Amino acid sequence: MPALPLDEAGKYVAGAYLVFLTLIFIYVAIIGAKIARIEREVSELLELEEQASERPTEVAAHDT
Amino acid sequence: MYSKGFKPLAVATVLSVLAAFALVFFYAPNDADQGFIQKIFYVHVPMAIVALCGFVAGGIMAIKHLRTGDRSWDMRSYVAIHLSIILGTAVLVTGAIWAKASWGHWWVWDEPVLVSFLIVFLLYCVYYPLRFSIEDPERQARYSSVFAIAAGAFVPINFTAVRLAESVTHPRVLSQTGGSLPGDMRLTFLVSILAMTLLFVTLWKLELTSKHASMQLKRLRTRLELRAEA
Repeated sequence: MPALPLDEAGKYVAGAYLVFLTLIFIYVAIIGAKIARIEREVSELLELEEQASERPTEVAAHDT
Repeated sequence: MYSKGFKPLAVATVLSVLAAFALVFFYAPNDADQGFIQKIFYVHVPMAIVALCGFVAGGIMAIKHLRTGDRSWDMRSYVAIHLSIILGTAVLVTGAIWAKASWGHWWVWDEPVLVSFLIVFLLYCVYYPLRFSIEDPERQARYSSVFAIAAGAFVPINFTAVRLAESVTHPRVLSQTGGSLPGDMRLTFLVSILAMTLLFVTLWKLELTSKHASMQLKRLRTRLELRAEA
């Protein structure tokens, strides 16, 4: 087949590069969402841990 | 653990991808035969090479896992295969776009390069149902490693067979004579391969870091729950 004119070929080239960039973008977005969830869970655990470490002192203060 | 050296790697990846794009669109000349459409070559071929190398690397990591019994090697192997499948998907789609523009067809069934890549891709698609159908983590890791080694060994065998086969329409990129790319196109191609390799390693490290953090978090949660019960 003869070479396509620039305006015709441009669409195909843009399409191919867009496929590549879109896949990478989706992949990074998914990993980013996972990391955000991990961060949220870490802060939840930290809160739980703080509450758990405060409880014995509260109980001790109540007993005295 | 996996995040060591991640920042400089990510910066190098972004810079090399930008450099590759700049070379593709502002430095490399249009192909005399195919014209502007040949620019797809600089994304399609590096992705295919890196994806196939990723499959082989996954097999090598699986060997490490079976030899040492260290499950982190299984995780490394899994992430390498996972990323290679994503790149493989992009290779098939960009290849189809290029085929349509160059040959007038989205797919050519009698071309060994296309069909062999599809076979490798479909072979690795089996990896997911195999891995996630096993609940016991030890068995899951062991069976997945055996599969990764067998499939990883198939990749170079398949590549050699395709080299020996007669080409119908698809060009051979890596020939024994060093290819027929002129200097400026060759430089652009090599920078594109470097960028794709760096991108693969960066994403591999990123996913491993996320998976490792997630596993550590699970362990921490279990420990805290046990402490709370006691």
